[in-house]
This record gives sequence, C-alpha cells and structure tokens, in this order.
Amino acid sequence: MENAIEVNNLVKDFGSLRAVDNVSFTVRRGEVLGFLGPNGAGKSTTMKMITGFLEPTRGTVSLCGHDVREEPIAAKRVLGYLPEGAPAYGEMTPRSFLNFIADIRGLKGSNRKERIDDVVKKIHIEGVMEQPIETLSKGFKRRVGMAQAILHDPEVLIMDEPTDGLDPNQKHEVRTLIKEMAKDKAIIISTHILEEVDAVCDRAIIIAKGKLLFDGTPTELIAKSKYHNAVALVMNTGQCEAARMVLLDLPSVLSVEIEELPAGLSQLLIIPKDGQSIVATISDLAHEKGWEISQLMVETGRIDEVFRDVTIGAPDKLTEEEHLT
Amino acid sequence: MSSSFLNNVGAIFRRELKAYFSTPVAYVFIVIFLFLTGIFTFYIGGFYESNQADLIPFFSFHPWLYLFLIPAISMRLWSEERKTGTIELLMTLPVTLTEAVIGKYLAAWFFTAIALALTFPIWITVNYLGDPDNTVILVSYIGSLLMAGGFLAIGSCISALTKNQVIAFVISVVICFLFILSGFPLVLDFFRGWAPQSILDAISSFSFLSHFNSIMKGVIDLRDIIFFASLIILWLYLNTLAIDTKKAS
Repeated sequence: MENAIEVNNLVKDFGSLRAVDNVSFTVRRGEVLGFLGPNGAGKSTTMKMITGFLEPTRGTVSLCGHDVREEPIAAKRVLGYLPEGAPAYGEMTPRSFLNFIADIRGLKGSNRKERIDDVVKKIHIEGVMEQPIETLSKGFKRRVGMAQAILHDPEVLIMDEPTDGLDPNQKHEVRTLIKEMAKDKAIIISTHILEEVDAVCDRAIIIAKGKLLFDGTPTELIAKSKYHNAVALVMNTGQCEAARMVLLDLPSVLSVEIEELPAGLSQLLIIPKDGQSIVATISDLAHEKGWEISQLMVETGRIDEVFRDVTIGAPDKLTEEEHLT
Repeated sequence: MSSSFLNNVGAIFRRELKAYFSTPVAYVFIVIFLFLTGIFTFYIGGFYESNQADLIPFFSFHPWLYLFLIPAISMRLWSEERKTGTIELLMTLPVTLTEAVIGKYLAAWFFTAIALALTFPIWITVNYLGDPDNTVILVSYIGSLLMAGGFLAIGSCISALTKNQVIAFVISVVICFLFILSGFPLVLDFFRGWAPQSILDAISSFSFLSHFNSIMKGVIDLRDIIFFASLIILWLYLNTLAIDTKKAS
C-alpha cells in the first residue's frame, strides 16, 4: 500500500456551481503535499471531501485503503484533521478538550497519558492547559487544533491553513514540526503562503476554479517561472543601456529589464530563454567588456509569479509563446 | 461495535454535560426552573388552598414550563456546533452521526433530569403536610421526564436546521406549542371540515397534554410510553437527516 491517500476523479457540485471539477491525485507515506490555490478555488471543499465531512457528487477518496464513504469510521481512525480556522469547543480547556479527543480516539491507560504529554510538549501548549480555549490567542488556538489532530499519531494528516495567523516564529515551529512528522505519515497542508511550499512540501498541487492545474515538486513549480535562472546585475546607470544591447544579442537571453536604483546605479534583470543557466556566460561577458559590476545574483524563480500565471492564465501571452519556440 | 458505540456516546455525553455546567447557562436555567415551578405550584396552582395531598398543582404546569424552558436548552445543541465550525471537527472524528446525536441528546435530557430532581423539596413538603400516594408522584415524575424528552428531541432537530440559536428557539417553541395543543380546538378546528375523522383522531392523539394528563393520574399506560418513545426516536432520526443535509452550508 504505497499510496496513503488516493483521490480519484473528485467532483462536487453546489447547485449549478461546480466547486471541484474532476480532481485526482495521490499522496505517498513520507510525503508532504502542499495544496495551493486562490481563495474560493475549491481547496477547502476538496479537503472536506477527503476527510469525509462532505459527500462528493462523484469520485472516490481512500485513506490507507479505506474508502471514505464505504468505511467512514475506519478511514476517520487513520486520519488527523485540522479544519480551517481550527474550530474547538471554546468553553473547554485544552486539557479537557484533548481528553475528549482521547476518549473518542479510544486511547487508554498509560498510552493515553503518554500521547497527551508528548503532544502537549511538542506543540508547546503546557502553559495554557487550564485556560478556556476561547480566551486563548489565535496562535494558541491553532496549536490546540494541531494537538487534537496529531493526538492519535495518525497515518494521514490533513491541515487546512495550519500557519494562518501565526507569527513568524510560530510559523517556523509549525513547519519544523510538520517536517519532523513527515517521515512516516502522508500529509496534506493547504496554504496560500507560497514560501511555505518550498519550505516544507515535497510536492505541490495548484487548484483554481475547481480544476487541478499543476502537480509536481516545488522545484518543478519554480522552474516554470520565467525568472528561473534569471541573473540580476547591478552596475552604473551610464553603462547599462549599452550592456543591455550586448546582452540581448546573446542567443540564450530572452529579455532584459532595467530598474533604476539610488546612487547612480541600475539593476539589469536578464531573463534567459527556456530557463537555461546563463550566469557563466554573463559573468564572462562582463569580464570581457570590463563592466563595473557591484552585484551579481542568480534568481531561482518567483513562485508567486508562477502561481499567478497558473491560476489566472498567463498575463503575458506573447513572451510565453516566444519562450516556447 | 457496540463497545465503540457506548464509548463514543459516553464521550460525547460527558463533554456535552460538562459544557452546560462550565457556563452560567446551567445555573441560570436550574434557578429559573425551580423558581417558576414554585410560583406555579403555590400561587397559581393553589397548592395549599386545594387541601389535597397530591402534586397535581405542581405537575400540571410542567407542559407550559417546558414549552419555553426546553427549547432554551436545546437551541444550542447543534446550531452552536454549526456556527463555531466544531461540527466539522466532530463529524471527522471516528463517530457516527447517530452516536453524536444520541450522545448530545442524552446529555441535554440528563441535564433536564437534574433540574427536575432538584424539585424534591416539593415532594418532601407534601409528605410532611399529608399522606400522598407516592407511587402516583413517582409515575408523574417519570411522565414529566418523558414529556421533557419529547420536547428536547424536537428542539434538537430544529437546532440542526439553523446556525442561529434565536431562530432555533422560536421555531422549537412554536412546534412544541402545536404538540401540546394538538388535541384542542385551536389546532383541530383548522382540520375539521375537510380532513377525515381518522386524521383528526390521529392529530389529537399527538397531544402531549392528553398523554401527560393520563400519566399524571398515576396510570402508566404502555401506549403513553410508546407515544413518547416513538416521538423521540422519530425526531432524533429527523435530526440526523437534518445534520446530514445541512452541515455543509
């Protein structure tokens, strides 16, 4: 059983609106899948169907071999889920809330105590265990929701925007935690923080208007950027027009963008054709022409730009076509 | 299977019951319930003036008390879960819908039973003043609890239909009111003239009042018990359907 999560041809209609349109993908154990998409793209709806909360109009989902609709209880046993906004019973304390979850999950005896202690320590909620959840800050609420999701050490972990509303340190902690847990679990996280995909995910999926538009590694996603392997040069503004002409003559260069910086400097952003590596050529050329270069950087690509391209269609059709020829 | 059923119903029951007592709701409800039963029994029911060693003045106002107080308990059962989104959490835990509905319902019913049990000073009073038939009183308590269970099942189902607790309260009161009065001209006149007699009989047999009144006389008729039991089961079943179709919206 390689694939812990299998999603096949999932369709969800709300009245005449098709919220999710024929989405299929799989997640292996040991893999973290990042679920991307603009708001209202069908991310949460898809997650709600995977977790069995919503019934799909068509299609199937299986978690560790258990079909979510045929064997809902068996599927939910292997699942840990953090719903969007981390809902929890506000009047309960984190301790009583986790005890309730442990009851439902059938955790008993010493194992139960061990699991609760372990999770509380991992998530760092020791200090708020006796406060009503409704009085906690957003960050702590989110953490209590995560604690609930991983309490039974599930094989499948699904988290809808786990780092939303956390401060940078908390985000870092949550990402570290996800990476730690990734070894023996299949994890899906949805997010619209794009750097998160690069930081924690092995694979990314982009959904927009209910359709699956991209499925690949973050590296592949970045490679789709026209800024992938682009080179940024900073030099005197006086020299840059001439340099641009020279650079545009290179067969590997697609275009050069000039941006003026303070103190008489300008930045040339040299965009390569087909994302090929041009840094060696350019540094040789700079040497040969004797340009005074105060900075040279290679861009890996701009994930937010790829995201825009994929989700609202290429904004720059002409370059895209040139790029392909 | 059955052990996981009991485990899950038990866990949900305990959580729900604790939720009543961790907010002022429980205490406010109990105090008001006891206060109103006192007023109704002694002032409006004329407990002393009747010079009878029975609790009829006490029990006969229960349907009217429940009409407003039970929807106040039941209104939050599901609409709050929907409003705060915890329904998504609950329904993705390994529990069935039936277990969740029963667990929450039993917690509300048990809470009502606690409030009802706290009226025991009235029972002590009547025993101190006279020599009442305690079997009749016990049977009346059971009947009152059954009737409360019927109201609660209606209220639980209605609260699954809306995120708004006020709407849940008002609609529950109206439906409970119709069930109390379904044997009375107010309701029957609406059907009389065009509906056949058998339907009129069926409607009037739904009356909580007539069933409760017969229990209050100390006669537990199997038909009255079956009436309340099947009413509860029917409304709880509708409750599961309501959650299933409404949980996503």
